[in-house]
Amino acid sequence: MAEPLLELKDLQTYFFAAQGTRIVKAVDGVSLSLAPGETLGIVGESGSGKTVTSLSILRLLPTAARIVGGEIRFAGENLVTKSEREMQQLRGDQLTMILQDPMMSLNPLFTIGEQIAEPLREHRSMRGQGLVERNKDLLRNVRIPSPEVRLKEYPHQMSGGMRQRIVGAISISCEPRLLIADEPTTSLDVTIQAQYLRLLKDIQQRVGLAMIFITHNIGIVAKMCDAVGVMYAGKLVERAPVRAIFNQPAHPYTEALLQAIPSLTDRRERLWSIEGQPPDLANPPAGCPFHPRCPKAEARCHVEIPPEYHIDENHYVRCWLWEKR
Amino acid sequence: MQRYILRRIFYALISLVLLSITIFCLVRVTGDPAVLMAEPGAKEADLQIIRQEFGLDKPWPVQYVRFVANLLQGDFGTSIYYRIPAFDLYVQRLPASLLLAAVAMAISLILGIPVGVFSAVRLNTWIDNIGKLFAILGLSLPSFWVGLILILVFSVSLGWLPSSGSGTFWHLLMPAFSLGWVFTAAHMRMTRSAMLEVLGSEYVKLARIKGLPEKLVIGKHAFKNAIIPVLTLAGINLVLMVNVAVVVESVFAWPGIGRLLYEGIAFRDFPVVQTTVLLGGVMIVAVNLIVDILYAYIDPRIRYG
Amino acid sequence: MDSQVLAPSPILPDQPAMPSRWQQIRAKLGAAPLIPLLILIALVLTAVFADILAPHDPTVGNLRYRYRPPVWLERGTADFILGTDHIGRDVLSRLIYGSRISLFVAVTAVLIAGSIGTALGILSGFRGGWIDQVVMRLTDAWLALPAVSFAILLAALTKPSEWNVAIILGVVYWTRYARVIRGEVLSLKERDFVRLATVAGCTRARMMWTHIMPNIANSAIVLATLQLGVAIIAEATLSFLGVGVAPPKPAWGLMLAEGKAGLMAGYWWLSVFPGVCIMLIVLSANLIGDWFRVWSDPQLRQL
Repeated sequence: MAEPLLELKDLQTYFFAAQGTRIVKAVDGVSLSLAPGETLGIVGESGSGKTVTSLSILRLLPTAARIVGGEIRFAGENLVTKSEREMQQLRGDQLTMILQDPMMSLNPLFTIGEQIAEPLREHRSMRGQGLVERNKDLLRNVRIPSPEVRLKEYPHQMSGGMRQRIVGAISISCEPRLLIADEPTTSLDVTIQAQYLRLLKDIQQRVGLAMIFITHNIGIVAKMCDAVGVMYAGKLVERAPVRAIFNQPAHPYTEALLQAIPSLTDRRERLWSIEGQPPDLANPPAGCPFHPRCPKAEARCHVEIPPEYHIDENHYVRCWLWEKR
Repeated sequence: MQRYILRRIFYALISLVLLSITIFCLVRVTGDPAVLMAEPGAKEADLQIIRQEFGLDKPWPVQYVRFVANLLQGDFGTSIYYRIPAFDLYVQRLPASLLLAAVAMAISLILGIPVGVFSAVRLNTWIDNIGKLFAILGLSLPSFWVGLILILVFSVSLGWLPSSGSGTFWHLLMPAFSLGWVFTAAHMRMTRSAMLEVLGSEYVKLARIKGLPEKLVIGKHAFKNAIIPVLTLAGINLVLMVNVAVVVESVFAWPGIGRLLYEGIAFRDFPVVQTTVLLGGVMIVAVNLIVDILYAYIDPRIRYG
Repeated sequence: MDSQVLAPSPILPDQPAMPSRWQQIRAKLGAAPLIPLLILIALVLTAVFADILAPHDPTVGNLRYRYRPPVWLERGTADFILGTDHIGRDVLSRLIYGSRISLFVAVTAVLIAGSIGTALGILSGFRGGWIDQVVMRLTDAWLALPAVSFAILLAALTKPSEWNVAIILGVVYWTRYARVIRGEVLSLKERDFVRLATVAGCTRARMMWTHIMPNIANSAIVLATLQLGVAIIAEATLSFLGVGVAPPKPAWGLMLAEGKAGLMAGYWWLSVFPGVCIMLIVLSANLIGDWFRVWSDPQLRQL
């Protein structure tokens, strides 16, 4: 087995609010690994900790948050202990991220050309005509027509789909090893979503990029990902190859998520949703966080947090129901 | 966009009309305008002559029409003390006030903006606390008291700077600082909040994701966006400065329109007082209108709306 | 962000421990500014008990003791702790009685401005339509008037007195209230409980009184505290220019004006002490207003 590109070991990221009196355990003991070139999808409800996990990897947490435990191993090195300077060198170069809203991601006061050029200038010290040519190439790779013209234009002159592609171009400009995409299609029209996803897959194959795809849309996961991690209330409750998740979901929450997807052959009259609400992360319930909403909860689930069980090849689940096997 | 501009001009005109009506009514409501226009100690007979000459015995609407007609022709009355048209007097003194305001504005921006930026970037640290203290002090100290203290320290104790009059750069320093003081705090606050907002934006996040050094993130991306509302505020404040300079100009005997107002009050020179307030208001309306129109050019939503 | 040297343990060294009960209480209070509060209470007490506290009559001067410096300097006497002015009046007593004037004018002005502004704001925001348009135009036009010059003009036209100053300030400064309150009312109108009340048949008047008013009370109070400082400085400015409170009343602004004559001769105490009083009061009012704003807004508190 090849050396994993990214490995999270028991990552804990907490938010400290109200002068330290309220502690929100946004990410509470998450472990996962990612091989080079692999695409991992992370799914979960809002507030489950998906975004905070990705921000932790990049070490770009808001001031109220802090990594309080665990390791993040990227290409063998622990990112948690790196200095800010070292992280700055990694970001944009080897590690990169695509944000959700293309409208807001680009600075309205600078030209596209200027914004694309920045990572190359910073990390590859490119200048002058060489830089301009490379910028045009990047735009062509994300299928933006007439790049020479586009480089001189401003963000508000472009459509949403184009902006998202430009953001994509910026992120791969230095040929990174890992790309984290945080809900990249949520604010796009449905018609453009498919195009964009194909583009991302394309880039990935060309550049040999590993991707982490954060989404709440299971359909996208099925299409794009090799492996899936399911998060709930700051914990990773199941992780498995994509087929296993769909065909043999192990955790009750995963089952519930799959059940909630409406389908054309569905004979049910009402849309089914999971009862209850996600827990307050400042005061999480004792035991397994899902137990208040879990149809299969047992007495033990109310009291103790289950450990991770290895139930199949690359398939892990954090649930007491799997203890015996 | 044309509709927008026309509407703005319309509102500006309404403001001007309201301004003139208000002043007109106030003067008549609080006393006898003839008394105000006459020399102190005038007799009833003299007052009668004044009333006839200025049409003060006619009904108010008629008076108002005459009042406005005069204004539009540039006739703002004659200064009792200086015996020249009040309008000319105002125009004579205006440059001095503009100079003072310009320097005060420069001081407020040069001091206020950096403090605001540092406060925002080092949020909730001791630097920020100093910045916040600075802002609150700015609001809490009356400008004329700042002037008095400056005189105490730099003129009386140290003897470095002249305490009144004008003519050299050294005369300008203390009044400009006193006048700029309040605005320094306001600009600092605005810069701080604009920076905070920008620092939380997505494009700043992207700049960090790109791995740009912090200096570049703050200095290039954040700053350029944050400075816009500050400069807008500064533009509006410039006119405000000219108008509130009354006290500072009095303290330092700076020969601007503020001091003119003060003299008008001290010498009971009513036409001068009325003129200063009227023209001050006109300037504010004019500047607001210009700023509104400029916005129409900058903000595409208005342009094509 | 953070560049820390880490200890071998997985927990970072400066992770805050679970806060103590005392820290939790303090956090809830949001560091209430005690000193400003004390200062303001002291001000009110001084104003109320001026007769008892002041050692001398503030308006009567003893010409034999003109321009005496504070007690700790040469020529100072214990009789006049903070010195005397140009006609021998005790500075301390004048400061004490002056607090009455400042307090009275500021509170009255804020009440007047607040009442006018809030009433117009509620009316305008709630009724909407052409009433709103008219009030907005009026507010804009009023804002176009140079406030300070206007106040000066008004003050020059009327007899100098505390009541007049308070009324003038109230009439000139109401626009801020109108704007802010109107904004609040507009957003409140969209809230469900207002809609429910309408559906239930609540009359407009009753709605404005029982539903809207209590909810804007917070903003109104915050604004009022912050405007107190503005009012005090405005009154001091008017008095300084000679159109506010008339001599021989000991308004602080007036004391500053009278003291200016002695400035070049080095009689600094006449200029410093009244200003310090103004500064302390305004500073305290602003700090409390700021704290109250954060404290009463549950959203801001979480930060």
